Amino acid sequence: MLEALEGSQAVARAVAMCRPEVVAAYPITPQTHIVENISKLVADGKLICELVSVESEFSAASVVLGSSAAGARSYTASSSQGILLMTEVLFNIAGLRLPVVLTCANRAVSAPINIWNDHQDSMAVRDAGWIQIHCVDNQEAVDTSIQAFRIAEATELPVMVCMDGFVLTHTLETIEMPDQKLVDKYLPPLNFSRKLDPRAPLSLGTLVGPEHFTEARHSHHAALMKSTAEILAADADWAALTGRSCGGLLTVEGPEDARTAIIIMGSTVCTIREAMSVYPTKRKAKLIKLRTFRPFPAAEIRAACEGCKDVVVLERAISPGAGGILGVEVKAALMGMKRQPVVHEFAVGLGGRDIPLETWPRLMDAVARDGEPSFSILDVELEKLPVEER
Amino acid sequence: MNKIEPAAPEAPPQELSPRDRQPRWRGLEAGHRACQGCGEALAARLVLEAAGPDVVVTNATGCLEVFTTPWPQSAWRVPWLHSLFENSAAIASGVEAAMKAKGQRTKVIAMGGDGGTFDIGFQALSGMLERMHNVLYVCYDNEAYMNTGIQRSGSTPHAAMTTTSPPGKERMGKRHMKKDLLSIIAAHHVPYAASTSVSFPADLRRKVRRALDIEGPTFLLVHSPCPLGWGHDASRSIEIGRLAVECGLFPVVELERGELGGVMPIREPRPVTEYLKLQNRFRHLFADDHRAREEREHLQALADHNIDKYHLRGDGADPLDTAGIDTVRRGGPLR
Repeated sequence: MLEALEGSQAVARAVAMCRPEVVAAYPITPQTHIVENISKLVADGKLICELVSVESEFSAASVVLGSSAAGARSYTASSSQGILLMTEVLFNIAGLRLPVVLTCANRAVSAPINIWNDHQDSMAVRDAGWIQIHCVDNQEAVDTSIQAFRIAEATELPVMVCMDGFVLTHTLETIEMPDQKLVDKYLPPLNFSRKLDPRAPLSLGTLVGPEHFTEARHSHHAALMKSTAEILAADADWAALTGRSCGGLLTVEGPEDARTAIIIMGSTVCTIREAMSVYPTKRKAKLIKLRTFRPFPAAEIRAACEGCKDVVVLERAISPGAGGILGVEVKAALMGMKRQPVVHEFAVGLGGRDIPLETWPRLMDAVARDGEPSFSILDVELEKLPVEER
Repeated sequence: MNKIEPAAPEAPPQELSPRDRQPRWRGLEAGHRACQGCGEALAARLVLEAAGPDVVVTNATGCLEVFTTPWPQSAWRVPWLHSLFENSAAIASGVEAAMKAKGQRTKVIAMGGDGGTFDIGFQALSGMLERMHNVLYVCYDNEAYMNTGIQRSGSTPHAAMTTTSPPGKERMGKRHMKKDLLSIIAAHHVPYAASTSVSFPADLRRKVRRALDIEGPTFLLVHSPCPLGWGHDASRSIEIGRLAVECGLFPVVELERGELGGVMPIREPRPVTEYLKLQNRFRHLFADDHRAREEREHLQALADHNIDKYHLRGDGADPLDTAGIDTVRRGGPLR
């Protein structure tokens, strides 16, 4: 049934349908509405689970680490500073190979303090060893949240579902909420093989020296690389049940013979998609909607950029002193192609700066202007800075 | 035709070692890599013996985690989870929440050293207590960061030498006082918080069993001598642990819902110097100068204060005082 729901409310209901046994969270804007909605579902008896309202994000992540190790389906959510406070635990959850699901309501990272949307937080934990999946709208956020449990439990890897703070979390959309029976059919109860059980005691989190550490890292990397199959299968099975696919690892929209491609993650996909129809540009362009950031689908990106002369990467986070983050990975993926496209990295919408439809023609103008690979912050207003800092 | 194998000669009856003759169940096995005379290793074994097999243990980063689990070996016979230095209480909260969600009664024991409890893991511990998780938290208190090589912690006693509180021309060891953690724990109004010492195993076992019988958060502070960190002979760990209690520097008390319950009376209080002089970490207090004398007097005053505050001076009538608690009795009432 179609319902008008706020993104956070929809995600909370989707998570509840997955029947998590333990939820731990700490309030932070713009994630707060998710945990508030889950708390209300628990209070109303609509979700039976242990809700642990902790004293910090650090403990939120630690609680779901413990509950997941004890074999309970476990969920948490956070943003920005919260994700950074969790960082040490996030690496640990992944290294222990625990199937935790976390929603990251993407937000800028302080200082200066800013509560609005960009991708700096999830990018900061890029190397934690989690699967990272980005959603472009709230329907995808609902569908991906459900798929995330399936992927996490099949691969024994934690999954971070990234949805843009405010742009998605606080926006009402008409959403098709799935039926509980359908979710139950899609997602069987968790039976975690390495759970803490007095009848079959295991030691989890032991000291691993140089003679085995490399192998542990190799196995973790290999598991992430292999997880693409499960990400695709989870999406395909969901599509078979609901008729809705979220687009696997990535999807390509637009004319096949386009010589220009633009790669985007998150809700900006929808903005640029609309802008492309409102502002038709002379050059043909295709839109690459990158859904799975970890594992990074390098081969799929290469295939999608085949025949392109220019590839534009829209950055929603930067690495000060280097430039783009996503762009560096795209460039690495395209290295060694016969006709290697020129990669243009443009950061937009940092700290919630509006990304208007006019961004699209501006991007195309900028690409036409500089033929060389480049990085710049497209929407910076230099006149606001003292002359020496421009 | 089947060939009939000659019967194997009967193996000679093997002499069981005293350890194997013990019927006691061990949650922490022998063969781990702790130093000789390690108070923490013995204390952990005693905690597990008293707790029995139906437990899950969480462990903060530290000596205990390192010496019991060098992959691919483990000394634990109970399910055991180590995550980080500062989150033993939080992962224990999670394990307990999972047990609750699944309707299991398995008890959760969180463990950590004084660094992971007094200092870096303090917030997670406070949260666990406030949320009333059904977890026993056991802190093995050896009064410094021993795993990283003897650095001062919030639990290091005043004037003790560590590698980050060395004595010198301008300093007499640690400048600050030992944090009164037990009072802070008690201020959470938890049902049960107690201190004990590895040198009084009967007291330790009783307190573990008592804590585990209680529904809700409980806390045990276990004084655990560290020969390497304290600078004493490995054979004297138990003796030194006893002296710490008998001089009053480490009071053995029980706090119920924040109020003082029982204490272990001291049969004959000993001067603190008897305790201090056996340890290199206090060696500078025996120099022939006024600063050393002042610090000795200071520590004696702290011990006297503890004895007064907790009414530790025994009258010799309590069979469970420092001299009587570990006396072997065969049947019959205590009095």
